[in-house]
Amino acid sequence: MAEIPKEEYLEKCTTACAGCTSSLSLRYVLKAAGPDTVLVVPACCTSILQGIYPNTAFNIPVYNIAFAAAAACASGMSEAFASMGKKTNVIVYAGDGGTVDIGIQALSGALERGTDFLYICYDNEAYGNTGMQRSGATPMGARTTTTPGGKTDAKKDLDRIVAAHNIPYQATATPAYPKDLYEKVKTALATPGPSFIHILAPCPPGWRIASDMSVTVGKLAVKTGSWVLWERKYGELRISSPSKGAMKKRAPLRDYLSVQGRFKGISDSAVNELEQAIEKNLAQLAKEEAGEC
Amino acid sequence: MLTVATGNKAVAAAVKEAKPAVVAAYPITPQTEIVEQIAEYVTAGEMDARYIPVESEHSAMTACIGASITGVRTFTATSSHGLLYMHEMLHWAAGARLPIVMANVNRALGPGWNVWAEHTDAFSQRDTGWLQFFVSTVQEAYDTTLMAFRIAEDTGILLPVMVNLDGFVLSHIMQSLETVEIGDYIPPMVLPHKIDTENPTGYGTLTGPNDHFKFRWEIERAMRHSPSVIRDAEEEFAKRFGRKYGPTDEYLCDDADILIVSMGTLGKEAEVAVDILRKEGVKAGSMRIRWFRPFPELDIRDRDLVVLDRGYSFGFGGVLTDSIKSRYRDASIFSVVAGLGGQEVTYDDIAEFVRNRRMNEEYWFGVDA
Repeated sequence: MAEIPKEEYLEKCTTACAGCTSSLSLRYVLKAAGPDTVLVVPACCTSILQGIYPNTAFNIPVYNIAFAAAAACASGMSEAFASMGKKTNVIVYAGDGGTVDIGIQALSGALERGTDFLYICYDNEAYGNTGMQRSGATPMGARTTTTPGGKTDAKKDLDRIVAAHNIPYQATATPAYPKDLYEKVKTALATPGPSFIHILAPCPPGWRIASDMSVTVGKLAVKTGSWVLWERKYGELRISSPSKGAMKKRAPLRDYLSVQGRFKGISDSAVNELEQAIEKNLAQLAKEEAGEC
Repeated sequence: MLTVATGNKAVAAAVKEAKPAVVAAYPITPQTEIVEQIAEYVTAGEMDARYIPVESEHSAMTACIGASITGVRTFTATSSHGLLYMHEMLHWAAGARLPIVMANVNRALGPGWNVWAEHTDAFSQRDTGWLQFFVSTVQEAYDTTLMAFRIAEDTGILLPVMVNLDGFVLSHIMQSLETVEIGDYIPPMVLPHKIDTENPTGYGTLTGPNDHFKFRWEIERAMRHSPSVIRDAEEEFAKRFGRKYGPTDEYLCDDADILIVSMGTLGKEAEVAVDILRKEGVKAGSMRIRWFRPFPELDIRDRDLVVLDRGYSFGFGGVLTDSIKSRYRDASIFSVVAGLGGQEVTYDDIAEFVRNRRMNEEYWFGVDA
């Protein structure tokens, strides 16, 4: 495996919160992408951590665009670069709200049209930038500022929605496993056509965890099967090694939930539903990897 | 080359001649023929453009934005609800100083469903920072679309331009059309702030009040500068291709006591109404407004105005009437609201408005007694 390059494209001392894993992820994403890259960013935490005009925390071009619009903007950009014969990487870096809720129409359109781009959804499971309101990606039982009693609906299954578009490359990742993330971005950018990576991004203020716990919580998400690392190349699924281990011997779900303030007081029935969802998901993925479905 | 075309086909032919690199579009009645024709040009290899068949008008405008910021020429077309669905991105395109050109085939808004001509769609975008032109013939739709690229891309402007043509009564009617070979009338597009990975920067980054204010002012500064650029584009067009245009299209205005002021196809009806009224001894003239934004200086010199409005600001008044009133406070106006939702308005009707004018009053044609 290649070493992760030392070059930085996201400078230090941004306005991101302490322990922010979306900016940590982005560091690795940009190291994998290199300098001939344009980042397209809808309204999300990444809009803020760039700093205030005329400054920017990035040393690649970053194009900010309206909330619902990221994938469509990347579509136009990708076609324009193609018309000039340029190979510049076009990467959307969008939060979960901008992906599973308001941006899903543009995303679906761009995927269906075979747009040559990489769409990354960094998922902190709520509208983080506006103060942690629930999104379609918020898991059941999690308290947010608009679900003060805990969310009663299940997390939207974004990955299966994306999978229905039969794109050439799709993966999940989390920066708790940075080499896995780095390699997946490399593969995505080397694959022509649309690629999609869904990153679980633990959020200290939103998840009510200490800022030095975000990587640990990311690992717990994988070890408990709450987050499964995999990649699907041209329809062929491969479960990534950290999740392979977790599937053999899964850590108890309570280990993941109990360290997060957002799940404080979660009902037994909600935990039960989360557990069942994990088992179903793992079973489906295992079957798919074995070629049984 | 002399041919015959619909308003929509004329727009498509002009776009082909302007050679955009990217066209992103979503179909809506009555704009469809424009995007179908462009798709045919691209498929047949007559146009070397990337055609993005987006899933919505919001994405059509956004894809044009994403393409334009790389420094290439872009085009889209829409109507009515499509234009309103783009509204957020129209502000974005102007704020990002992108010279996108769009044809808007004017159509009423629901409910109920009505696909016929009305100007409310374009009027609702009045404050987005787009330059807006209104045309009245197939030839003018073609010529104005070509001029739009030159005006939008002028480095003193760098604002998007909307060319408005009335749904069905212009988009779908056939008239003669003289096409041109554009040559270097539209110079290659140079976008000073285009994305360059060799010289990375942030676009649309979080911006404080002082800088935001400056950027808004820069838009207005370009707008205020735009009349000279538009006039230059119109004069150069006349020089090269022989057809003259200006901020207004005036018919027998010089000695007129009464001016019929209108936009779009109603202006052509108004010219026939003027002929009828002149035979009756009424010294009428027709002043059709071609530029809606920037709104032009008008030579109304203490004459009575009969203003035909094909769009309305509820709780206030006819939109064209209000634009004139706010610039010429003492103007004597009979404000006629007519033609909404494709209501038929003939030259006889317009002559009747003039005969029965009640200055400083408003009249809803077909509703008021």
